Amino acid sequence: MGGHSATGLLRPGVDPLGSAFAALLGLSLLALPLMTTRPNRIAAGTGLTAWSALPSGAVLLLGGVVALGLPLLALRAAPPLRLAAAAAILLLLGLSAGWAADHLTLPGDRYGRVSPDAGWWLAFATAALAVGDGLARLRPGPILRIALLALLVGATGLALRTGFWNNLSVLREYASRSDTFGRELRTHAVLALTSVAAAAALGIPAAILARPVPALRTGLLATLNVVQTIPSMALFGMLIAPLAWIGRAVPGAAALGIAGIGAAPAFVALLAYALLPVAAATVAGLDAVPWPVRDAARGVGMTARQRLLQVELPLALPAILTGIRIVLVQNIGLAVIAGLVGGGGLGVFVFQGISQNAGDLVLLGALPTVAMATGAAVLLDAVVDLSRGRAAERVP
Amino acid sequence: MIDLAQVSRVFEGRTVVADVTLRVEAGTILTVVGTSGSGKTTLLRMINRLIEPSTGTIQIAGRDIRDVPPHLLRRGIGYAIQGHGLFPHRTVAENIAVVPKLLDWDRGRIAARVDELLSLFNLDPAAYRDRLPAALSGGEQQRIGVARALAAEPPILLMDEPFGALDPIIRGRAQEDLRTIQQRYNTTIVLVTHDMDEALHLGHRIAVMDAGRLVQEAPPADLLGAPATAFVGTLLGSGDRAFQLMALRVVDDLVEPGPAPGPPIPAGTSVRAALAESLWSRRPALPVSRDGVILGRVTRAALEAQGGRP
Repeated sequence: MGGHSATGLLRPGVDPLGSAFAALLGLSLLALPLMTTRPNRIAAGTGLTAWSALPSGAVLLLGGVVALGLPLLALRAAPPLRLAAAAAILLLLGLSAGWAADHLTLPGDRYGRVSPDAGWWLAFATAALAVGDGLARLRPGPILRIALLALLVGATGLALRTGFWNNLSVLREYASRSDTFGRELRTHAVLALTSVAAAAALGIPAAILARPVPALRTGLLATLNVVQTIPSMALFGMLIAPLAWIGRAVPGAAALGIAGIGAAPAFVALLAYALLPVAAATVAGLDAVPWPVRDAARGVGMTARQRLLQVELPLALPAILTGIRIVLVQNIGLAVIAGLVGGGGLGVFVFQGISQNAGDLVLLGALPTVAMATGAAVLLDAVVDLSRGRAAERVP
Repeated sequence: MIDLAQVSRVFEGRTVVADVTLRVEAGTILTVVGTSGSGKTTLLRMINRLIEPSTGTIQIAGRDIRDVPPHLLRRGIGYAIQGHGLFPHRTVAENIAVVPKLLDWDRGRIAARVDELLSLFNLDPAAYRDRLPAALSGGEQQRIGVARALAAEPPILLMDEPFGALDPIIRGRAQEDLRTIQQRYNTTIVLVTHDMDEALHLGHRIAVMDAGRLVQEAPPADLLGAPATAFVGTLLGSGDRAFQLMALRVVDDLVEPGPAPGPPIPAGTSVRAALAESLWSRRPALPVSRDGVILGRVTRAALEAQGGRP
């Protein structure tokens, strides 16, 4: 595990990637505004630097942790130390957003908005990258990665539940839409998951059946390829056209300017996009089974079914799961556009936010989408590693 | 045991195996030798129906193999190939147990058989049972490949260049293992190789294939003494003939009474090795012993005479 030995926690020299992280963090916190305050949700904002946005105790704490952490990132510190430094900065940024919001909100003010500004976002993204880099250097196993993800989800959930960030503008938007948010979040997840599940249920058997027949195989992949090349907006657009007519024809249907007829067209479009990656991954995974292994499976007297279930599919499984991981992350993102065709989901907030020129509302839709996609990616990467399992011990 | 009668195979208008008639006696090793594209692998793969003959019939123990469903036929015939074809996601024990499992042996019997085979190939069962093929050396993978082929104690073993990927030293050891196992289980073996030395060394009989035809099928000494065609002669190579012949014989039959200087050689030594020892140690005669008892001596002249054309 890891390349670090007992040579010490800090070795002489500069870490190139870590220096870039440290420089970005320093720059974003010193030169850019940390938070923005606005008198109401659509007014222009005033940027505030870290030292004017935070209470003095928090300024000292953030300054101290950053002053201690940046050298650890920039110098060639041992991976656990770098990870601890990056994680501490990330955690403190999360806390700072809450503290700043409480600090800047006047008692009883229900219209004022406090939100993170460029400096906070840049610092947060950089710290997140530094945490990812620190983790990558430690190469944690799949189980540990899932545990870390669960920890992060749990901590964020706890902060949300206790109302720690309630004075942040995004959560102000949430407060006024808490009745529909849960429903749209669920719709979004269900849309993404069911379309991928349906794509797997259709694509994997289709690929298994079509693969041995050259004409079928080419036909299948070519057809799905054509579907894949239609840009997402165009595909959803083709579904919108008839719906827009309904929107015009039916009075009151166009409350948002875009009418829809429910989740069905969104589901169909997401399914169509997911089919190619799943089918292609299945074909590629099965193709990659070495010829001697295939020949031996026949030679020892396995039936076609036994060969498929006991040899070919298990060996193709990591490739198939990688395909599913790609489409799940893709569809969690694409499902936002379902909001345009009335399919519901978090896209509803994104497009409402755009039409109302309310950036906070856009974020209310976008942030959970990003979190969900990232979580799905981490989770499925770990599952892919687990499926490789014993084969991962392979010595080159 | 195995009878091929006028067997041909045509692939897309090209005759790969042409009219081969051949018999493999039970408990013997037949080596099939030929250049690439001579049809030797196709011939082998027709015996377990991995390829079906275009014409002709193949019988095993008097029964036409077309009367048995292919997967059932194959479970009764061991099959080992170059590159071993081990299942990379299964442990050594699971790989060896594939055919017994297909045959529904009970767990205890399978486990006992796996350990028995590992011991037979000089691999410690406790150390190797749960390893994956990737954690084995090339020689070990090859041995597991042969062990898998032998797992269900098949009366017949088909081998396609099983030692092709091994270095010469490990290859020699694998060949000795195979001879030992063949004698122990009295298995009928058909082994395909492009290496004439391997064919001569392992085969009770050798079948030479050229462009799909069987050009000669004979015991090693006959093949060396009287190659049927120029092609067989080329495969044998004219330079080494005398030594190849001497390698097939042992000094046991050449012992005569009388004294000889220096340390004795065992009676099982090949004529070729004995001649080399005689030349190297500058002794015109060598004492021969069996189980530590001196039987007599063998002279260089007697050894040299074995290299003459039969």
